[in-house]
Amino acid sequence: MTAPLTHLQRLEAEAIHIIREVAAEAEKPVMMYSIGKDSAVMLHLAKKAFYPSPPPFPLLHVDTTWKFRDMYALRERSAEEAGMELLVHQNPEAQERGINPFDHGPLHTDMWKTEGLKQALTMYGFDAAFGGARRDEEKSRAKERVFSFRTTSHGWDPKNQRPELWNLYNAKKNKGESIRVFPISNWTELDVWQYIQLENIEIVPLYFAAERPTFEYEGGLFMADDIERLERVMGARPAITMKSVRFRTLGCFPLTGAVESEAATLSEVIQETLLTTTSERQGRVIDKDAGGAGMEKKKQEGYF
Amino acid sequence: MSQDSVYQTDALIAEDIDAYLETHQHKTMLRFITCGSVDDGKSTLIGRLLYDSKMIFEDQLEALSNDSKKVGTQGQEIDFALLVDGLAAEREQGITIDVAYRFFNTEKRKFIVADCPGHEQYTRNMVTGASTADLAVILIDARKGVLVQTRRHSYLCHLIGITNIVLAVNKMDLVDYSQEVFDSIVADYRAFAESIGIANFTAMPISGFKGDNITAAPSANTPWYSGPSLVEHLESVEVLSEVASQKPFRMPVQWVNRPNLDFRGFSGLIATGSVKPGDTVRALPSGKTSTVKSIVTYDGELDEAIAGQSVTLTLTDEIDISRGDVLCVADNPPEVADQFEATLVWLNDEDLHVGRGYWLKIGTQTVSATVQQPKYRVDVNTMDKLAAKTLSLNDIGVAEVYADKPIVFEPYADSRTLGGFILIDKITNATVGAGLLNFSLRRSQNVHWQATDITREHHASMKNQTPRVLWFTGLSGSGKSTIANEVEKKLALMNRHTFLLDGDNVRHGLNKDLGFTEADRIENIRRIGEVAKLMTDAGLIVLTAFISPFRSERQMVREMLADHEFIEIFVDTPLEVAEARDVKGLYKKARAGQLKNFTGIDSPYEAPEQPEITVNTVEMTPEEAAAFIVDRILPLK
Repeated sequence: MTAPLTHLQRLEAEAIHIIREVAAEAEKPVMMYSIGKDSAVMLHLAKKAFYPSPPPFPLLHVDTTWKFRDMYALRERSAEEAGMELLVHQNPEAQERGINPFDHGPLHTDMWKTEGLKQALTMYGFDAAFGGARRDEEKSRAKERVFSFRTTSHGWDPKNQRPELWNLYNAKKNKGESIRVFPISNWTELDVWQYIQLENIEIVPLYFAAERPTFEYEGGLFMADDIERLERVMGARPAITMKSVRFRTLGCFPLTGAVESEAATLSEVIQETLLTTTSERQGRVIDKDAGGAGMEKKKQEGYF
Repeated sequence: MSQDSVYQTDALIAEDIDAYLETHQHKTMLRFITCGSVDDGKSTLIGRLLYDSKMIFEDQLEALSNDSKKVGTQGQEIDFALLVDGLAAEREQGITIDVAYRFFNTEKRKFIVADCPGHEQYTRNMVTGASTADLAVILIDARKGVLVQTRRHSYLCHLIGITNIVLAVNKMDLVDYSQEVFDSIVADYRAFAESIGIANFTAMPISGFKGDNITAAPSANTPWYSGPSLVEHLESVEVLSEVASQKPFRMPVQWVNRPNLDFRGFSGLIATGSVKPGDTVRALPSGKTSTVKSIVTYDGELDEAIAGQSVTLTLTDEIDISRGDVLCVADNPPEVADQFEATLVWLNDEDLHVGRGYWLKIGTQTVSATVQQPKYRVDVNTMDKLAAKTLSLNDIGVAEVYADKPIVFEPYADSRTLGGFILIDKITNATVGAGLLNFSLRRSQNVHWQATDITREHHASMKNQTPRVLWFTGLSGSGKSTIANEVEKKLALMNRHTFLLDGDNVRHGLNKDLGFTEADRIENIRRIGEVAKLMTDAGLIVLTAFISPFRSERQMVREMLADHEFIEIFVDTPLEVAEARDVKGLYKKARAGQLKNFTGIDSPYEAPEQPEITVNTVEMTPEEAAAFIVDRILPLK
């Protein structure tokens, strides 16, 4: 008799089941790929779901042009290894107006990410998009369905979500409407880390501590990934200090706070994660906008 | 509140992270639901579980203590409830509206908690949360005892098949931890539980607020209690997937994996049982058998796979299997049928339309199905069976369900995967109902389709024509019958074999038992659709002239017929024009209130969105409209 399935085995089986349902029922699915650790897990699960075939959908990166250089490098390599097409979308309007995290604050996220995402989904006509969001990340996520239905204008209506019973997912929709699908909804940050370790999944080196050039900005510690560009946008060259730092989440380098750390291996990173006393998203500016309801409001506007 | 043994993890994490991870890696997972209203301290209990298992971080705690002072109900103490009530509207109103999922770990298990609202108007949310749960914690306020809502929650959990029920008598601190109070509540509950068929439950006295008997038992305040703490109990009960793996093998096929001509695999999540290479399996509904060649995964081939695993199977024979089929153990297959008795939970603001076609999704199968008039609905507070014509939001009832083709199923009591289904509205795509299949109806087992030697193709070729249904739809007085009559005359002149089914005529005979309520109008159209279908089998071109106001019923008929056989003709006449014509004087009567449910007046007309043909009777005479229609259908032959 085989041993009972562990929680990670069950979470993996559930995620694969969800990914296959979408591939079977959606007309044109796509996997959102942000190059972070959750995306790495999602890509790995997609490979597993369809092995020995490659996943039957492309990867989409909604780029802000402000990601870490290490992220861009891993992006290209991962897509190629998976045998998947990689689509990169940069909002041309944000490009033209030179939207950046320093001068434009919340508009940076809105234009590059929220608007960029909507543009890409509409342009390619995707009717289902996988995302790596988890219910443990944030309060409004805790109530979002695995299949999260979006109107033709990509809005989310938390009061009008489809009931989701058993593991039966309703993927029906009208033309122009779409569904965001979150296969790792039931994973926690620890689950993700441990899965990465057990499955030996490659992640961006920035998650591990190393000596990096850092600067302080509005009370946070950031990495000077591209000092020339920072200088151009900030108007002056920030004071750089070399510090041993790592990142708990990865976004745009001027928006993602670094933490001082010596954790250079996965075990050490997990150890630090478990012993830490602040939540994962705290390093992100996005949740703090608009008071306690920041994320919920962003999602109603079409944010992933 | 002391940290008990279940949470002695920090030291291990700090000293030997790899040893900790090794333990964590082998944890199993339990999903449970908490039922109770805000007043029972449900959110407080969940907040406590998260807090004790270190799932609350400092920044969250800080935000929480600020919020507690602002809107909390616990004075200066931390209000755990604020932590778990997520949506902004809910925070303002101080109630939990939706199902929220929370996560925490102990030394032995990972837990997923479905936090569900307690009020009657949220029955659908509770059923949703319960559908994936291994266990239910039913909270009772020790000061109040067994209430109507306790009965409702217990009934719903029992209905959805949860066999592990914990009766958590909460707020024991407010009744001085009295054993007498506890015992009397448990006795009350036992009497009720037995009456609805709950054979076993585990009762425990707790205080979510103070922490008694949550992680360790007995608490110093309840020395008389000899059972386990809540967490100890949650750590030790058997989870569903372990039970499921003891049952016969079934795997709904999700996806056929064909990377190249040499590989053909069938992917799915194993619902029950286990499978090994060499096992003889049967594919349903075809009934063909083969042998499992290999269990393919990204990590290599497996010697065995069990319930709860997502795998890909290859077989030794090339048999035709597609998504929606079920692979099962060859000598003990599930049933295949198309008529059932089912228990339904209605989830939508719009009532059940008896007779209307809905999508029914069960496992990986999606079919079209209709629901008959409920035999009864259940008052969830008293468990009384009440007569019902339909089901409204949060209603639970029993009805017969007819699918348009056979489905592979098992009674819900045996398999949640092959016995649980959802109903989807074909127009709005909303998930409108959930159902539990009880059993198949005898007639569906015994009535088989009679295969005849003279086929429909033969009938059609004898008449040298392609059968069609020309479905005229439009308001009363739009000119449907007149135009259909003209079209039939033209077709007759061309030696086409036709038949015209007219609204009034059908109501005199075939459908004289039907009235004009929404349910009757749906049944009217369904019968006409079936008659039209038989006539196309006979090779005829059928013309129908009915108001047929609802999109979904026209869609239902379209789906009964072969592809391209249904030609929807929209006789487009504005209401004011039709009303001015008022050939039969019906609008006048309707306006005077003498005629109820009259389309266009007090009942809606849903115009076709993409009709094959539209004729505008303001611009065209009936003669011109008929010529226009014939021109368009002739190329179709």
